[in-house]
Amino acid sequence: MIEVKELFKAFDGRLVLNNINTVFRNGEVNLIIGQSGSGKTVLMKNIVGLLTPDKGRILYDGRDFCALNKKEKIQLRREMGMIFQSAALFDSMTVLDNVMFPLNMFSDKSYNERKKRAMECLDRVDLHNVDLKYPGELSGGMQKRVAIARAIALEPKYLFCDEPNSGLDPKTSIIIDELISSITHEDNITTIVNTHDMNSVIGIGENITFIYKGCAEWKGSNKEILNADNKPLEEFIFASDILRHMKTSKKTNE
Amino acid sequence: MVSIKDGLNGLGEYVILIGKAIAVPDRWRMFWKQYVTEMFQLGYNSIGIVLIISFFIGAVICLQIKLNIQSPWMPTMVTGYTTREIMLLEFSSSIMCLILAGKVGSNIASELGTMRITQQIDALDIMGVNSANYLILPKIIGLMTIMPVLVTLSVFAGVVGAYATTFLGTTTFAELNEGFRYEFNQWFFWCGMIKAVVYAFIITTISAYKGYMVEGGSVEVGKASTSAVVTSSIYILFSDIFLTNMLT
Repeated sequence: MIEVKELFKAFDGRLVLNNINTVFRNGEVNLIIGQSGSGKTVLMKNIVGLLTPDKGRILYDGRDFCALNKKEKIQLRREMGMIFQSAALFDSMTVLDNVMFPLNMFSDKSYNERKKRAMECLDRVDLHNVDLKYPGELSGGMQKRVAIARAIALEPKYLFCDEPNSGLDPKTSIIIDELISSITHEDNITTIVNTHDMNSVIGIGENITFIYKGCAEWKGSNKEILNADNKPLEEFIFASDILRHMKTSKKTNE
Repeated sequence: MVSIKDGLNGLGEYVILIGKAIAVPDRWRMFWKQYVTEMFQLGYNSIGIVLIISFFIGAVICLQIKLNIQSPWMPTMVTGYTTREIMLLEFSSSIMCLILAGKVGSNIASELGTMRITQQIDALDIMGVNSANYLILPKIIGLMTIMPVLVTLSVFAGVVGAYATTFLGTTTFAELNEGFRYEFNQWFFWCGMIKAVVYAFIITTISAYKGYMVEGGSVEVGKASTSAVVTSSIYILFSDIFLTNMLT
């Protein structure tokens, strides 16, 4: 479980995160949603430690990330896996070397054991016969799957996904969403997904935090979100014509 | 214009980054692998350009001295002697490093800059890897190891280039041979080696700093690459004065 308590972050005097309080539950897909510029990426960066909050606490199963010393922080980071918007694969390495990288860095297992684990992870994300290819030779969806394989190689307790569906077609997006969801449930991971993809929100959002103008405006699940009584959230969700039309039709049928 | 405050900020960032980079590696096996890769990429891949440039510069220096400086009242070995001293003391160490600052410096800055903007460095940080140490230290040690080899090859190629001018008939093999062997001071060779190591450190650290700190997109990576070459070159020239004064 990850708890965010009274989190503030400003850049050049402009408040980007304003008193964020939220809880990301274990074994669930937790979503941070909001429109571009709302502060959700800044929130994610604060949680994973790429930015330091001006004020507030981030608790990883009770461990205050900001209060940890350097050694403890490195230890905690080894319990994290992250999937970046751009996949962030090391383009000078093959797919296998990418997935083996965290194992090579932190595991004391033999080369064969590390390779076996990497191949297991690639199987898990349904990637076969690509281990000797370079990231540049793969499609966007395949790159995301390699990124997931790399993120789960060290069996993390916390998985972070920054807009994992960005740049993918709807079908591939669903595959990636289902993959993230199944890994979260099977391995009992605390997963946080930063997204503005409504398919993801409806499909896998078990615990959703809606960020609006730097504040945690609304919290709930995918079952509650369509009927939520919150104007900024409604404007965000029903910004697309299709969803607005669906909502109108639903109301008419009722 | 860069203000004093910006300059001091930059210096502070540079010192902190290099402090982070020069640390005990997280995994030695990964370090050695990177070290060999960097030596190959930065050094081995530069051998061709070093040999070509040094060969022709050695030949041209020899010709210029023979045609424009050598006079009947000078001993015939002057051409070979002067060519050797120029190659050893200045060209192969300083000017060659200046040329390599262009090739290697832009390579380092653009590689790290691209890694920064594509979030590959963030990925390393999230994993708990000391990204500066993992990415920069092998480059520093790798180039510091290979640069003396490149400088030695450059001297060798320059001498071969000078010998090649004998085919043009301007000088003879015997005259050059006498000059090359005349009062050889071994210390001058070591001066070149010391300079090479210092310049290798300057090129890698400055270029790594420029690339690692990139913010933005491809335009900024291009700017960082240019800035890395210009700044490294200025610092090489600046330190050349001090090193020459100190060592010779």
